[in-house]
Amino acid sequence: MSNVILRMVDISKDFSGVKALDGVSMEVERGKVHAICGENGAGKSTLMKVLSGVYPAGSFDGSIEFEGEPVAFRSINDSEHLGIVIIHQELALSPYLSVAENIFLGNEIQNRGRIDWNRTNREAQLLLARVGLDENPATKILELGVGKQQLVEIAKALSKRVKLLILDEPTAALNDEDSSHLLGLIEQLRSQGITCIIISHKLKEILRIADTVTILRDGKTIETLDSHSPDTTERRIIRAMVGRDLNNMFPPREPHIGEEMFRVENWTVHHPVDVGRTVVDDASFSVRAGEIVGFAGLMGAGRTELAMSIFGRSYGTDISGTAYKNGRQVNLRTVDEAIKNGLAYATEDRKRYGLNLIGDITVNVSAAALSRLTKLGVIDRNREYKVADSYRHKMNIKAPTVASITGKLSGGNQQKVVLSKWIFSGPDILILDEPTRGIDVGAKYEIYGIINELAAQGKAVIVISSELPEIIGLADRIYTISEGRITGEVAREDATQETLMHYMTAGRN
Amino acid sequence: MSQTTAPSRRKLPKLSINLRQYGILAALVVIIILFQILTQGRLLLPGNVNNLIQQNAYVIILAIGMVIVIIAGHIDLSVGSVVALVGAVAAISMQTWGLPWWVAIILSLATGAAVGAWQGFWVAFVGIPAFIVTLAGMLIFRGLTLVLLTGGTIAGLPREFTAVGAGWLPPAFGELGGRDLLTLAIGAAASVGFVVQQLRARAALRRLELPREVGGSFIARMVIVVVAIMALSWALAGYSGMPIILIILAGLILLYTFVLNQTVFGRHVYAMGGNLFAAQMSGVKTRWVNFFIFVNMGLLAGLAGVVSTARAGGAVAGAGQNFELDAIAAVFIGGAAVQGGVGTVVGAVVGGLVMGVLNMGLSILSVDAAWQMAIKGLVLLLAVAFDVFNKRRGGSR
Repeated sequence: MSNVILRMVDISKDFSGVKALDGVSMEVERGKVHAICGENGAGKSTLMKVLSGVYPAGSFDGSIEFEGEPVAFRSINDSEHLGIVIIHQELALSPYLSVAENIFLGNEIQNRGRIDWNRTNREAQLLLARVGLDENPATKILELGVGKQQLVEIAKALSKRVKLLILDEPTAALNDEDSSHLLGLIEQLRSQGITCIIISHKLKEILRIADTVTILRDGKTIETLDSHSPDTTERRIIRAMVGRDLNNMFPPREPHIGEEMFRVENWTVHHPVDVGRTVVDDASFSVRAGEIVGFAGLMGAGRTELAMSIFGRSYGTDISGTAYKNGRQVNLRTVDEAIKNGLAYATEDRKRYGLNLIGDITVNVSAAALSRLTKLGVIDRNREYKVADSYRHKMNIKAPTVASITGKLSGGNQQKVVLSKWIFSGPDILILDEPTRGIDVGAKYEIYGIINELAAQGKAVIVISSELPEIIGLADRIYTISEGRITGEVAREDATQETLMHYMTAGRN
Repeated sequence: MSQTTAPSRRKLPKLSINLRQYGILAALVVIIILFQILTQGRLLLPGNVNNLIQQNAYVIILAIGMVIVIIAGHIDLSVGSVVALVGAVAAISMQTWGLPWWVAIILSLATGAAVGAWQGFWVAFVGIPAFIVTLAGMLIFRGLTLVLLTGGTIAGLPREFTAVGAGWLPPAFGELGGRDLLTLAIGAAASVGFVVQQLRARAALRRLELPREVGGSFIARMVIVVVAIMALSWALAGYSGMPIILIILAGLILLYTFVLNQTVFGRHVYAMGGNLFAAQMSGVKTRWVNFFIFVNMGLLAGLAGVVSTARAGGAVAGAGQNFELDAIAAVFIGGAAVQGGVGTVVGAVVGGLVMGVLNMGLSILSVDAAWQMAIKGLVLLLAVAFDVFNKRRGGSR
């Protein structure tokens, strides 16, 4: 059928043994808006990278047909050449260049090697009119808000004669007004015959604009629904997104919950650059000794920002609120103070914030608690080695020696090094941010065991995760967070993926 | 079970680290042999060995400070100007103000540390990149030197002062067959000290059941070091004896190797160079560490200023020209990484010696100064290219 613009058949892709995509097939009809839904890690972004040539042909299995022809893209240029343009969640604009320069970046309108500025600006003007952005093409990108920048990205896509436009979480960073304008624009593009694939967590939006919804879970296509059908409801989509077998994923545990260990009240954090934006809004929560508390929220909900701002103000500006440990108010103004008060924070992004990747296991394990190994500023390196080696055994870190460079370990083993580092710092309260991201199932199970063990020792553990089964499997109590606010508190007995997802997607209104 | 496999498996990473370090050392040995042949044996004449040390002391002192700066991910372009400024302060305090030589030295070191604190303040607390701060410093301190010396020269410094850079220990034990016995005694003491320290460290490892270097390689390493120390003292004993500066250099090398390997400060420097964010998130007070890195660099630049002024016998406004480039080159030849996080004091010292031997060898061969510069540039480029190539092949990306 010529009605199908894109057909992807049996796409599989794995990253050093971890299957990100497992036989995904989908068809996209010409001139329609096709939504892709799934939890974080379901394989949505990987699928789009396969489609756009970020992962070149040959690095994955399966076939792609575009406009009836089989295609094999070696780079993103190849796919753009045929009119497939992807707009990532992190916008790729150069802040100090003008709108017009950005639109034609890499695609400059030239006249014998010189840029034709008159034509550039005129055409930019026309493109801006098409996306409904009333700005001078000479305006610098940094003077525009995120919503308008998003429109510039779309104008840029239009300049490349786009046939299939892929939008990855286009409204994640937008306010309601900008979102609604953007959705209107997508509908308008559809009427002009441009096909759209939209990845979004916001189910209301999807039901508003999409014609078809494909749901991915664990790298597989679960189903494709007609979103105009009355059977297709938010509840229906959520069930398809999260329904998975939870048996035996989690080691057994008998919780012994004690007194309240840590409490945060009225915590508010503003964005470090865009200081007017509230990233965490009046959050209050508590955690008891021996308790595992889950924080469930989608990407960008403000979970990490909440955790990092508590951990020695590592994120944000204009932070207000109070923290109490064992009922006494504590100051957590620097990371050092936070550590001294018994806090530990294992970051979501272990490569960027968690590890010295060129250092060996030893220096990483001791990094947060060197004072435990020193006398008058001198490190007892023999003891340090012994400590690191004991963690290598205890945590089952798969490396020949503790002199192995951490950058060469697998994700699961790197995560175990991060956990070793924080456990060695002797904390009372551990905040673990996405502790199993990018880790294979076996290592996940081990890490769950470690988390249970920490709680059994009477520590207060906070687990932040966007994987609902993980949260439900681990936590005694769950807070949901959406758009910077704590939107719900659910006991383990009452927690289902559907209720949590409901709170997690709850809007401001 | 795992204990039987562990020792044999752990040789691999250890060996690759050693190869990297020994690679630089091997290059030094090759260069020495090459010039020894080209100069028909003149390179290693006692007088030349002595000059090699006294002439290049400043590079080694600066390289020790610079390697710390570079491991932390910064750079310091101002050290040449600081050397000139400190030289001016030293000369003026003795010749104009009539202060005793040792007060002048303390004042010089204090000047260096103050300069370092100034630059550290801008880098650490204001957040200006070190490249800019020290580029400004290069101009500022050169300018101040010109102001202090009003374009002239101050010469005729006291003998006690010039001895720091160009003097020798008195021949306290007399000599035997034309060789100074004190120098030989110091060499012997250093050899014994080295062997004892190594054996004790090895004994501690055995006691704690930690993995140890293979016996054969351990013994070979000790023999090589002892032979090198004794050959050096033999050569020096046949000239004017033990240069005072060599004692200072040895002290600095030991001290800073200790600081980088065994202290919290040193560990924090490596941690910040390896991953600044991770260091911050582990509670490292990165600002203060940065500040002290620059104070230390200033202090060592001050010492280099004292040493080079002492050797020159006077202060000139043009002193220390291009010293920063020599020091930076030495550090990179010595295996430090441009992105930070990697580097050793011993590597930097060896890098400094590579530059020194090149200088001396080319001078003995009466190669034109212009060509000497070009050759040194090429060596720097090739050394770093070799390192980059090695890393790429190692597949660590």
